[in-house]
Amino acid sequence: MTALGKLFRTTAFKLSFAYLLVFTIFAFVTLGYVAWSAQRLLTEQFISTIEAEINGLSEQYRVGGLRRLVNIVERRSRAPGASLYLVTTNAGERIAGNVGALPPGVIDRPGQFETPYSRTEDADAGPNHAIIRVYRLPGGFRLLVGRDVEERIRLRDIIHRAFGYSLLFIGILGCAGSWFIARRVLKRVDDMTETTREIMAGDLGGRLRIAGTGDELDRLAQNLNDMLDRIGELMHGMREVSDNIAHDLKTPLTRLRNKADEALRTAKSPDELKGSLEAIIEESDNLIRIFNALLMIARLEAGNAREGLADFNAAETVRDVAELYEALAEEAGLPLEVTVDEDLPLHGSRELLGQAVANLLDNALKYGAQAEGSDAFRSITVSAHRIDGAMRIVVADRGPGIPEADRGRVLERFVRLETARSRPGFGLGLSLVAAVARLHGGALTLEDNEPGLRAVLVLPLGNAQASPEPAQTAA
Amino acid sequence: MSMRILIIEDDREAASYLVKAFREAGYVADHAADGLDGYAMAESGDYDVLVVDRMLPKLDGLSLIRSLREQKVETPVLILSALGQVDDRVKGLRAGGDDYLPKPYAFSELLARVEVLSRRRAATPNAEPTIYRIADLELDRLSHRVTRSGQEIVLQPREFRLLEYLMKNANQVVTRTMLLEHVWDYHFDPQTNVIDVHVSRLRAKIDKGFDKPLIHTIRGAGYMVRVGAEGAEE
Repeated sequence: MTALGKLFRTTAFKLSFAYLLVFTIFAFVTLGYVAWSAQRLLTEQFISTIEAEINGLSEQYRVGGLRRLVNIVERRSRAPGASLYLVTTNAGERIAGNVGALPPGVIDRPGQFETPYSRTEDADAGPNHAIIRVYRLPGGFRLLVGRDVEERIRLRDIIHRAFGYSLLFIGILGCAGSWFIARRVLKRVDDMTETTREIMAGDLGGRLRIAGTGDELDRLAQNLNDMLDRIGELMHGMREVSDNIAHDLKTPLTRLRNKADEALRTAKSPDELKGSLEAIIEESDNLIRIFNALLMIARLEAGNAREGLADFNAAETVRDVAELYEALAEEAGLPLEVTVDEDLPLHGSRELLGQAVANLLDNALKYGAQAEGSDAFRSITVSAHRIDGAMRIVVADRGPGIPEADRGRVLERFVRLETARSRPGFGLGLSLVAAVARLHGGALTLEDNEPGLRAVLVLPLGNAQASPEPAQTAA
Repeated sequence: MSMRILIIEDDREAASYLVKAFREAGYVADHAADGLDGYAMAESGDYDVLVVDRMLPKLDGLSLIRSLREQKVETPVLILSALGQVDDRVKGLRAGGDDYLPKPYAFSELLARVEVLSRRRAATPNAEPTIYRIADLELDRLSHRVTRSGQEIVLQPREFRLLEYLMKNANQVVTRTMLLEHVWDYHFDPQTNVIDVHVSRLRAKIDKGFDKPLIHTIRGAGYMVRVGAEGAEE
């Protein structure tokens, strides 16, 4: 009973039932209209037949008098399936015709109307119904012509029966259909519920079954599966990140501990102790830096930095940061070539973009220093231009570059290539740049600079461009 | 005179560490554990600097600062925050804070900032001088001229601003992040020694050829402009 109740409560059942109701009403209206039209058509046919006969007979009466009329009526009355004829005196006494009994007073009524009657040849058959018309002939005689309407009544009965049967059919088929559809949907929803329960219970690899019909349930299942995939990816990422964090923080923490331990054991003078402590502080600052970078990436990925965005000139930011690094680049013997558009209005975070460009320059200097060749060849190029409604910031060096297979990986947190192990860094710089790019609706891609690495940061200028638009339409 | 610092922080361990560290640095440090106590102490006590955690029980950090400012208490405030969102700094400064430091931080950074804030308070009543002088080094903020022992030193605009900031905070530690904030107007942490290169270039122009260096590196903390040769921390 509860299973049935559950079925009745399903949306599919309710929907099917509502459709059933609507279709039933529609069928009734259609059938009713057909029946009414058929009846009307028949009646009209009867009436026109009656009118034609009255015209014909009254013409005969005019030409040949009562005798001729009676003869014709007598002859016609005997034909099978004949119309009804009656010729009476003014007082209603029967002269000729095939009509037996009639309700009293009928003979005096004008126009067409329906009345019960019986025929002369089978008076016992009980009254039938007919449409008749009584016509006053000149000379006081009356001519009655009528058509039996039993045919019409039979038709009505047929239609009524059709009504009944179709109602029954619609009812049965509709209920069965609703039940079938509801059960089908319910089964699939139950399957989905079951699977999601299993997933919630810990089977994170479980996925909803796709029936392959491409219907809304399939799409829902597909979306849920995609969502589960995304959650899985995130969880995997989180696990990997926390593993990496644990590992990467353990190394400097161990180093810190060892330094303190060593200082405690071996330092002989206050000066030596002081030196060790300073080294320890430096190491701690590095740790703080890692934490800050991690926190920042986490915050950017959570997306809650979005409310602090504002319009600013990104060209200025790129120039500023390039200028900040210029001295360092010169010191490293790497000329910095900067080409930046005059004006690049961006809606975003000036701070974060500055940080991103700084990180890219940090990398370019770090790895670009390994390049060989003339200073001019080794130079690091920084450019920022507007291309197709987007801002393209490129920082390129002539260092060892990154093999194509590793370019996606190095954007992840704590990923450092073997070749970079010997260089200072934590493997967070590019992750942060990528996070900043995503925050601005853009992307960071790494390309081959042949040789070297070219980091391309593409940020859509859309938002910033949207603001001057009202002014343009006003002009 | 000894600087008086009020630390409004609900994490007892962090607070007692700060109190101890500030006292060791030679200052008077008091502690309030929640927003209401902190407000009462800040309003009545004569403190030189308030160090306020953003998230506090009873009365949150930003509301506390706003209330103090409404009461015309103009004590400089440094906001400590674990939130550290991009617009947090802006929110904090808008509420009336004077400086902002995201957790986790190095104490040397906090100390340097607190010292700068307290000095700013002492300097506010009379306007900033137009000429900064340290020993024989002179910087004229109006004509943008720098001379040492009467000799003019030509500086790039950015070098000028760097020296201006260092001299404005003479005899105080200025950290690398503080320099990046005030000279370049960025608040991120530069990973390599970008600031160092700029300072050493400035130093080459200012100190080269003179027997008394004025720009000193303070290990583990930052830089300081002062007369005197020892490079150690005080």
